[in-house]
Amino acid sequence: MQSRDLVIIGAGPAGMAAAAQAADLGLSVTLLDEQPRAGGQIYRDVDRVAKTRGDILGADYGHGGSLTASLRHSGAEHVTGAVVWAIEDGFRISYTKDGQGAQLRADRVLLATGALERPMPLPGWTLPGVMTAGAGQILLKQSGVLARRAVLVGSGPLLYLIAAQMVRAGTPPLAMVETQSRGDLLRAMRHFGGALRGWRYMLKGLKMLADITRAGVPRYTGATGVSIAGEGRAEAVRFSCKGRAHSIECDTVFLHHGVVPNTQAARSIGVTHAWRADQACFAPELGPWGETEVPGVFIAGDGAGIAGAKAAEMAGRLAALKLAEDAGKLSVEARDAAARGLRAALNREGAARPFLDAAYPPYAEALSPADATVICRCEEVTAGDIRGYAKLGCLGPNQTKAFGRAGMGPCQGRYCGLSVTALLSEAHCQTPDETGYYRIRPPLKPVTLGELAAMEEATNNAAE
Amino acid sequence: MRPIWRCSVKPASPFLEMETTPRVAVMFDGVSLDLPEGANLAAALLAAGVEVFRHTPVSGAPRAPFCMMGACFDCLVEIDGVVRQACMIEVSKGLQISKPHEADHAEP
Repeated sequence: MQSRDLVIIGAGPAGMAAAAQAADLGLSVTLLDEQPRAGGQIYRDVDRVAKTRGDILGADYGHGGSLTASLRHSGAEHVTGAVVWAIEDGFRISYTKDGQGAQLRADRVLLATGALERPMPLPGWTLPGVMTAGAGQILLKQSGVLARRAVLVGSGPLLYLIAAQMVRAGTPPLAMVETQSRGDLLRAMRHFGGALRGWRYMLKGLKMLADITRAGVPRYTGATGVSIAGEGRAEAVRFSCKGRAHSIECDTVFLHHGVVPNTQAARSIGVTHAWRADQACFAPELGPWGETEVPGVFIAGDGAGIAGAKAAEMAGRLAALKLAEDAGKLSVEARDAAARGLRAALNREGAARPFLDAAYPPYAEALSPADATVICRCEEVTAGDIRGYAKLGCLGPNQTKAFGRAGMGPCQGRYCGLSVTALLSEAHCQTPDETGYYRIRPPLKPVTLGELAAMEEATNNAAE
Repeated sequence: MRPIWRCSVKPASPFLEMETTPRVAVMFDGVSLDLPEGANLAAALLAAGVEVFRHTPVSGAPRAPFCMMGACFDCLVEIDGVVRQACMIEVSKGLQISKPHEADHAEP
């Protein structure tokens, strides 16, 4: 088995920046990523796409090209199409590539697994034609595929970004059904002073809103009672706004009410997570360099708490400095000197975040869905089922698996975990920390016996 | 005369493709489709008008891509007997794609 000073999982901004920095400092680095090309979701396929669709996607997307370039020019090894399914003590990392299992040994591990869309269970959200806003963006970025008749539903800056990109591409959304209210904006105003330090973000937001309005896209704010109607596929979005019922016919619905840290890999190796009320999600408990309490395991980027792509890049570099120092490749003084500028920039990057988190909170009706709404997409368990299990004495998320298979499908709770925690917390009048989260065990992604057998064969051949 | 399509393939796709890439033939659920070579399979199938990728094993409800990033497993399809995520595969010539476990359920 090959051995590395550092294995990084995830080739988004945090992973790419950390890999380049750590390799430049003399560590042997392997970067494992599921996608065929570097970039993560935010800079997905940037090397291929910035040339053709850069004008639609904007300069912020194009910035990803500088990260892929420094990754390419560093000594870090980038393994594409590598699906990591186990991280074991010591560390032994198991992954699948091209239908074959493989393993790597690493002295240190940096998890840069990014974010997932916050689950948004609404009536009808499992119908074909309903996707996450992130999925809509990925279709546009990687494939140049645009939804002709889409309605955007939810809240947050990403919703405006995708709407602005759709306007530039010539297929504006039919409508924006926005769940944040005036009250949310007023409550957010106490963070406005701090947000002004992040004025570039605020200005970009205003420009996007102006572009959307100029294109004549109707915006319905403070929407409630949102549901998606259709026979076998999404056909309309229904909701109430200012006391009036609306129904907008469409072919595609893009849902978004924030993103949350993807905690699967970190949880699987015993990293402690705590509830973050400001972002309404669980995040790992980390030191100033992204170090976890598990020796040798670091986390950087949105997987550490949502802060955005630029912050992820800086957090990746900070982690790499500490990792290099731990490996004896960098003095403490040199580490701290290099970190100073990064920390100042990181601070500036985070300035607008409290305002945005407060102004665009998650949609309340999706955090506590109606009884009939499916919350576990894989096993088709409803919110009412979970409430029923709670009445029967189900205390924690792991027990819901025994009661009704929630979280036991192929997505392994990625799109129901937070909903189950919220519903059980509500039923038992507990905090999310008291309720806890699914216990995550390897394999982190499904592995076939064929892939395992192929790994065994390769290992035996190498031994001979 | 309009071609006869199976129920899951609609001639006018809800999606528009911005690029014209050389195409290769694949089979999806018994229908031949010309998809852009090297494209993301889930995106290409959506753009080709495929609306239903599979039916759930629990209730037989129709499903299609949801997250496009390998996390939700809603875009599962069967290729050469292996159930895989369409959003994590690139289009190559002659792919034989079917809906997974379709034999377990009658077509609704």
